[in-house]
Amino acid sequence: MNAPARNLPLPDSRPASSGCLNAPVLREHGQREVFCGLTGIVWMHRKIQDAFFLIVGSRTCAHLMQSAAGVMIFAEPRFGTAIIDERDLAGLADANAELDKVVERLLKRRSDIKLLFLVGSCPSEVIKLDLSRAAQRLSRRYMPDVRVLNYSGSGIETTFTQGEDACLASLVPELPEADANGPPSLLVVGALSDIVEDQFRRLFTDLGIASVDFLPPRKSSMLPAIGPRTRCLLAQPFLSDTARALDERGGLYLPAVFPLGAEGTTLWLKAAAEAFDVPPDRFNRVIAQPEARARRALEHHHEILASKRLFLFPDSQLEPCLARFLSRELDMNIVEVGTPYLNRTHLAGELALLPEGTRLSEGQDVDRQLDRCREEKPDLVVCGLGLANPLEAEGMTTKWSIETVFTPIQGYEQAGDLAEIFARPLRRRQRLEV
Amino acid sequence: MQLTLWTYEGPPHVGAMRIATAMKGLHYVLHAPQGDTYADLLFTMIERRDHRPPVTYTTFQARDLGGDTAELFKTAARDAFERFQPEVMLVGSSCTAELIQDDPGGLARALALPVPVVPLELPSYQRKENWGASETFYQLVRALLASRVPPAGVDRALRPDGRKPCCNLLGPTALGFRHRDDVVEISRLLTGLGIDINVVAPLNSRPTDLLRIPDADFNVVMYPETAATTAQWLKRAFGQPMTTVVPIGVNATREFIAEVVALAGLAPDLAGSDDVGRLPWYSRSIDSTYLTGKRVFVFGDATHAIAAARMAEEELGFKVVGLGTYAREFARDVRDAAKRYDVKPLISDDYLEVEEQIAEAQPELVLGTQMERHIAKRLGIPCAVISAPVHVQDYPARYSPQMGFEGANVLFDTFVHPLMMGLEEHLIGMFRDDFEFHAEASPSHLGHSAATPQPSTETPQDVPAKRTDPVMVSEIIWKPDAEAELKKIPFFVRGKARRNTEKFACDRGLEVITVETLYDAKAHFGR
Ligand code: SF4
Ligand code: SF4
Repeated sequence: MNAPARNLPLPDSRPASSGCLNAPVLREHGQREVFCGLTGIVWMHRKIQDAFFLIVGSRTCAHLMQSAAGVMIFAEPRFGTAIIDERDLAGLADANAELDKVVERLLKRRSDIKLLFLVGSCPSEVIKLDLSRAAQRLSRRYMPDVRVLNYSGSGIETTFTQGEDACLASLVPELPEADANGPPSLLVVGALSDIVEDQFRRLFTDLGIASVDFLPPRKSSMLPAIGPRTRCLLAQPFLSDTARALDERGGLYLPAVFPLGAEGTTLWLKAAAEAFDVPPDRFNRVIAQPEARARRALEHHHEILASKRLFLFPDSQLEPCLARFLSRELDMNIVEVGTPYLNRTHLAGELALLPEGTRLSEGQDVDRQLDRCREEKPDLVVCGLGLANPLEAEGMTTKWSIETVFTPIQGYEQAGDLAEIFARPLRRRQRLEV
Repeated sequence: MQLTLWTYEGPPHVGAMRIATAMKGLHYVLHAPQGDTYADLLFTMIERRDHRPPVTYTTFQARDLGGDTAELFKTAARDAFERFQPEVMLVGSSCTAELIQDDPGGLARALALPVPVVPLELPSYQRKENWGASETFYQLVRALLASRVPPAGVDRALRPDGRKPCCNLLGPTALGFRHRDDVVEISRLLTGLGIDINVVAPLNSRPTDLLRIPDADFNVVMYPETAATTAQWLKRAFGQPMTTVVPIGVNATREFIAEVVALAGLAPDLAGSDDVGRLPWYSRSIDSTYLTGKRVFVFGDATHAIAAARMAEEELGFKVVGLGTYAREFARDVRDAAKRYDVKPLISDDYLEVEEQIAEAQPELVLGTQMERHIAKRLGIPCAVISAPVHVQDYPARYSPQMGFEGANVLFDTFVHPLMMGLEEHLIGMFRDDFEFHAEASPSHLGHSAATPQPSTETPQDVPAKRTDPVMVSEIIWKPDAEAELKKIPFFVRGKARRNTEKFACDRGLEVITVETLYDAKAHFGR
C-alpha cells in the first residue's frame, strides 16, 4: 500500500503546498437541489431531549419534515408544524394570536418540554411574521418552566445544515456567563451523537483538559457557560453564525481541521491540546492507540476506494472535509467537491490539505452539474436522495450524502465506519450479478 | 393556524408533480425555494423511480426577494424549455411563491414559447395534494382539448357497426398506491370483455395521447380522487359517459363489469363471468371461520377506505367498527358508507385524532395508511396498508393490484396475513400457558416482533396526558385472581377484555374487579 500519502502529517510537518487554500471556486447560481434548514430538526430534536421544534410554516414544510424523517415516526414527535392558513394570511395580528393558541395547546399537552424553538420558514418570513417578538412574548409568559427561542430554518435563508447553525446560534445568548477568572475551559460546538461525544470526553480527560462542555447539551437545563476563558472547538464545518455569536460572547475560536478520519481527528484534538498546553509527549501517548486503531479500520476499505474517482454534489457543507479524508487517507481521486456554501475561514485547514487542482464549486446549478458529472464518469457520486436513483439508473454508483449527517462519523472509532459508507456502494456493485 | 405532527397529504403542487412525473413530454416549472426540492425524493426514493421528476424549481432566495424573482422565473422557464424540449409546459407556484405573487402563468406567456403552457393555480393554503393532482389533470386535459369541444347540441357520433367498443382509463398517477398494477389488471379485464383501451392517462401517457381521449366511447374513472373532475368535464364537453363503480373487491368488480358492459353496449350476459378469483372460496373455506366478526378499523383515502370496508364486511365476514378518511372532498361518500356499517364516520386529517379513535374502537385489525401502521404498531394491533400515503415497502416488486379479481385475491391475503391463523388462534385459546403458545407470542408466520406491542421510541413522558385512562377507571382495583384469570385470555383480545371489564365495573360503580366481574362483563358484552 502506498504508505507515504497516508502518513500522519502533523501540523508542523504540513506539506509546503497550500493545497486548495487559494484555489478558485466555481460559483453557481442556478437551481439548487438541497434541503432547507428545517431538516436539521430531524437530528437536533433527538439531541436536545427536552426541546420541541415548532415550525411556523406551510403544509409543504410539514411534508418536507415527514419525508426527511422518513420511517422515524415516533409516538408523538418533538417537532411539529403550525400550518399557516388563509385566515392567518388575512391579518397579522390574527396570526400572532393563533400562534399563541397553538403554543398554549402544545405546552399543556407536553409538560416534558422545557425549551421551545419557534422555527421560521419561507412563508412566515415572506409574510413577515416576527417570530423573535413572538418568542419573547411567549418566553415572558412561560418562563421559568419553558424557555422560548426562535431561529430561521427557511429555504430562502438556509440550506440543510445551516438549520443547525441557526439553532445553535439562537442558543448562544442564553448561555450563562463563565467566570472570567476561572480556569480555561473547552467548548465543543456542533451536534455529535452521544457515543462520539462520550469518546471525545474520555480523550480530553486523558489529555488533561479538565473542563469540557458540548453545545448543544443533551438537556436544555445543562447549557454550558461561555466567556473570555472559553476555547471553542468546532466539531462541524457549517457553524458560521454560531461561531460569530460565540465570538461576541468572548469565546476564543480554535482553528482546526474537522474530526473526520484518523488524521482529521488527530489534527482536531491537536488544536485543543495546543490551546491547553498539553505536552506533546502526553498528546502522542494518548492518541497513539486509538489513532492506530482507526488506521487499521481504514485499511479494510483502502483497496476498494483507492484511486477511484469521486464526485461530490453539494449538500451538507461536509463535502470539503469528506474529500480531504477520502483523498488523503484512502487515496481516492477527487473530481469535484461541491458545497452549498464555503466558509473559507473555518475550512482553511481543510482546503490546505486538499490536493492541488481539485475542482471546488459553491452553490449549484443542478442540471449543469449533472452534465459535468456525466462527462466525468466518476466511480462514485455522493449526492442527495433526489438524484441518487436516477444516477444509478444511468449506471453510476452513488452514495446518498444525508447518511454522513445522520450517522456517527466523527472521531477515531468511527473512521472505519465513515470509509465503509463510501465503500459499501462500490462493494454492492461488484457483488450484484443481475 | 393548525398544529400538525404528521400529514396525510402534501401540498397541492406535489399533486401536480404526480401528474407531471406520471407523464412523458411534460415539464413543470415551479416557482419555489430550494427546500421544496425535497419532493423529488418522494418519487426517486419512495417510489424508486429511475428518473428525476420533470420539474425545475426556481429556488429563489431571500436576497432575490428584494430584486427580481419574476426575472428568475423567466430565466428558469426559458432554460428548462431549451434543455428538456417538452411538448407541453406546466407552470405554477408553491406556497411561498404564492405569497410573492409573481404570476408564473403571465410570465411564461410573455416568453412566447412555441408549445402550450398550462398555468396552474393551486391555492396552497386551502388545498392539498390529491386536489392538486385532480386539478392539474383537469387543467391539462382542458387546455389541450378545449378547442375540439363540439358545439352545443351536436350529438356524439354513434360507434360504427363492427368497431369494437373502447374506453379510456383515467386517474393513475405517479406515487399512486398500486396504480401501476391496477392499470394492467383493469386493462386485462376490459380487453377480456372485448373492450379496447384507447388512452390510459396520466400514467405513461404523452400530451399527444390526451388529444385522443374524445375518441373513446366512455371513460373509466379508476380513482375519483384524481380523475372525477376531468371525467365530469369530458362528459359535459364531449358527451362521454363515465363509470361510477371502482372495481375493488369481488362484488364491486362484478358491478363494474355490469356497468362497463352496459356503457359499451355489449350483451349483458357477458357480465356473468364465472372466473371471479379465489377470494369467494378462500373466504368460505373453514380455516376462515375464525375471521368471523373480527373487528376492523378502516382509514384511508375515500376510494380505498370505502372499498376495504365493503370487502371486510361482505367478503371476509369482518365487522367494521370504524371508517374514516383524511380527504374532506370525499367526506360525503364516506359518511354514506359509514351508515351502512352503523359506525360514526371519521373525517379528519389529524393524526392524533385518528389514533385516539382507533384506540377507542379497540379493533382487532387496522386497515389504513402508513400512519395507521405506526398507530397500530404502538397499540399492538395487527395492521395492513390499503391506501396512500405509503412508504417504500408498499411499492412491492411483485404484481399486486388492488383492482379486479386478482386485486381481490391480493386484498384477501393483505387483510388476513397480519392475523393469527385460524387453528393457531384456537390452540392459544386451549393451551394458554403453553411455553410456545404463550400469550405474548406473535403469529408464527410473522417472526417474533410483529404483533408484540412496540414500546414507544420516545421517552415515557412523551405519551400525551389525554391518553391516560380517566380517573374513575384508574381507581379500580383488580383482585389478584381476577388479574390471573385475565392473563389466561389470549393476548390479542386481552386488552379489550380488560377495558371492557373496567368499563363494566365503572358503569356499575364497582371498585374491585373479581373473577365474577370479569365473566359478568364478558357475558354483558357478548364476547
Ligand atoms: S431512506 Fe428509504 S426507507 Fe429511509 S426514509 Fe428514505 S425512502 Fe424511506
Ligand atoms: S423551503 Fe421553505 S417552504 Fe419549503 S419546506 Fe423549507 S421552509 Fe418550508
